[in-house]
Amino acid sequence: MVNAAEYEDRPWLDPEAEPFIKVQSVSKQFGDFTAVDSVDLEIYKGELFCLLGGSGCGKSTLLRMLAGFETPSSGSILIDGVNMNDVPPYERPVNMMFQSYALFPHMSVEKNVGYGLRRDGVAVSEIEQRVQEMLAMVELSQFAKRKPHQLSGGQKQRVALARALVKQPKVLLLDEPLGALDKRLREQTQYELMNIQEQLGVTFVVVTHDQEEAMTLSTRIAVMDTGRFQQIGTPTEIYEFPNSRLVANFIGNANMFEGRVVENGQDHVIVESRHPECNFYVDHGMSIAEGSKVWVALRPEKVMISKQQTADGNTNTVKGMVHDIGYLGGTSTYRVKVGDEHLVEITSPNQLRPKDGNPPIDWDEEVYLSWEPSSSVVLVK
Amino acid sequence: MSTPGETLATADADPKSSLLQRLTRLAQDHWRTLVLFVPFAWLLIFFLAPFFIVLKISMAETTVASPPFTPMIQWVDEGIMHIRVVVDNFAYLWEDDLYVDTYLNSLKISVTSTILCLLLGYPIAYAIARSSHTTKHILLMLIILPFWTSFLLRVYAWMGLLADQGTINDLLIALGLIDEPIRMLYNTFAVYVGIVYTYVPFMILPLYANMEKLDWELLEAAADLGAKPTTTFFTVTLPMTVPGIVAGSLLVFIPATGEYVIPDLLGGGNVLMIGRVLYNEFNANVDWPVASAVAIALLLLLVLPMMLYQHIQAKEAQGS
Ligand SMILES: Nc1ncnc2c1ncn2[C@@H]1O[C@H](COP(=O)(O)OP(=O)(O)O)[C@@H](O)[C@H]1O
Ligand SMILES: [Mg+2]
Repeated sequence: MVNAAEYEDRPWLDPEAEPFIKVQSVSKQFGDFTAVDSVDLEIYKGELFCLLGGSGCGKSTLLRMLAGFETPSSGSILIDGVNMNDVPPYERPVNMMFQSYALFPHMSVEKNVGYGLRRDGVAVSEIEQRVQEMLAMVELSQFAKRKPHQLSGGQKQRVALARALVKQPKVLLLDEPLGALDKRLREQTQYELMNIQEQLGVTFVVVTHDQEEAMTLSTRIAVMDTGRFQQIGTPTEIYEFPNSRLVANFIGNANMFEGRVVENGQDHVIVESRHPECNFYVDHGMSIAEGSKVWVALRPEKVMISKQQTADGNTNTVKGMVHDIGYLGGTSTYRVKVGDEHLVEITSPNQLRPKDGNPPIDWDEEVYLSWEPSSSVVLVK
Repeated sequence: MSTPGETLATADADPKSSLLQRLTRLAQDHWRTLVLFVPFAWLLIFFLAPFFIVLKISMAETTVASPPFTPMIQWVDEGIMHIRVVVDNFAYLWEDDLYVDTYLNSLKISVTSTILCLLLGYPIAYAIARSSHTTKHILLMLIILPFWTSFLLRVYAWMGLLADQGTINDLLIALGLIDEPIRMLYNTFAVYVGIVYTYVPFMILPLYANMEKLDWELLEAAADLGAKPTTTFFTVTLPMTVPGIVAGSLLVFIPATGEYVIPDLLGGGNVLMIGRVLYNEFNANVDWPVASAVAIALLLLLVLPMMLYQHIQAKEAQGS
């Protein structure tokens, strides 16, 4: 029996849930340049959805189509079941937080935050109360009378957030909300954003080019490249089971080995690789025809490094020489030369203290690398 | 910081340093002062000095002489200095209705023209600022293009257009829209046409410069928060373009108030503006003191409101 609570945090798995935002084969052309290339997307109520991709891949354009600043060249956008194609921005049930914040420079903080409520003709006393509440939430109460130019970057960001949230929109669109903040402030604000989102239950659609940010924030991520979605999934799915080399390389680091399928078994595939000379036994294999050319992706932290040979043969194990060590305190990054030229990256926790100043594994030492059958991913593109 | 005296003293102490070196040293130490000195000297020589000369003449009396006014300072025999300051000219301006009326009429015409220029120039400047990069430059060029021909020539061209047998009347009659020419020249209408036509670029350019720097995302932000286009205009665009409106309005209002050529050529004898009165006092009546008094009064009329505005602005800037 399907239980609603079962899907509470993962509404996209619920076959009966109706998506709150539906993007149906939407394209956007600027002249003969295609910024967004017939994308489909379904976002559910209460999600914190990230559009992740490099600069110029069309994330902002898609977000601006949701807000109504750009009209799709083709396709349609539905929000809460209503087709938005002919609805102007000022009548959409969404609010946007701009990358540059776009605070009105001639208005004080409280006037900025109250702007949307005044447009809706909310009573003055209620506006005042809601603005105060919102400013209290973003901890800016004592700055109510200041003008935007008298605020720091982080404060401006919070005013922009308050201004977009005070109207209690059904969807909040955020374009690189933390892009202009320095690293520490960004990390702190990430958690604040998540708290606020949870507290208010508003659906967030966040655009970012920062994969760490996307991983931390989102319920689901859509990885975008040149106007198309490469993969849509939870942070774990995208990290552990990337569907292409592009996604594997974009999210985190991955060692990539080219090879050929030599055995297509029931519950596994075996991939033979020449550089390095080794067989990959992958136990969650999709069914791939024997002989086809594939790539095996292996995350650096999934490789075990050891001075002793732990397994026989050459399945899921290779011998190499330590070429480089990056000591990062908690972890070390090793670059191990396998074969003549291939470098494999490994990150490993530093569980043992160096003895007599000698690290457990040193430069130019011979080492064995091994990994679990479930640790690597076979990619066909 | 070293004073010029010190610099010279140290330079003197070193006999090897040439004059050139000393001057360079002086320039290096005081370059700020030097840089400020040039515009300052310019204003002093070409604005302040003439102003005082005119002020002096305005407080003299006419005589048949060359120059045709009494000197302010006279040496009576045995070294007695005689200073004559006459304020009659200003009293005369105030008492004679002609001058007061002319001032008021000039103000009325220039204020109205400024408003007309604003109404016409604002949408033009807005359209230019929002157009694409290439179109923008072409449109700006078109705004500046008339300045390549003589101003006088363009005013004469308007006479040809507006006259009873002018282009516009001929065309309307030929089209059968009217039977008799409409009187469009030598009246207030013609003066408005001339002033608005001449000065609208001075409204457009500062407005454009202001709008060019405008962050268009603010308009999207307003729309996003529920503002319809008209509301966005009055709550965001207009307040953000106030500096451009003020600059453009001053650039139109000030010269329009003292305008002489346009009322003279297009208004004929029928439109009284202070510039024409001033011209008449100088040339027809050869009454330099009264003409100077007219000029000083005009200056005060224009400068005082501006100073007041600046004062308020400075106070506001301090307040925030
Ligand atoms: N108004 C526009 N006119 C022409 N090209 C545009 C316009 N807006 C965006 N583009 C182009 O579309 C592409 C995607 O832009 P954008 O969505 O802003 O990318 P990003 O993913 O960095 O946010 C870029 O190559 C950009 O140059
Ligand atoms: Mg962007």
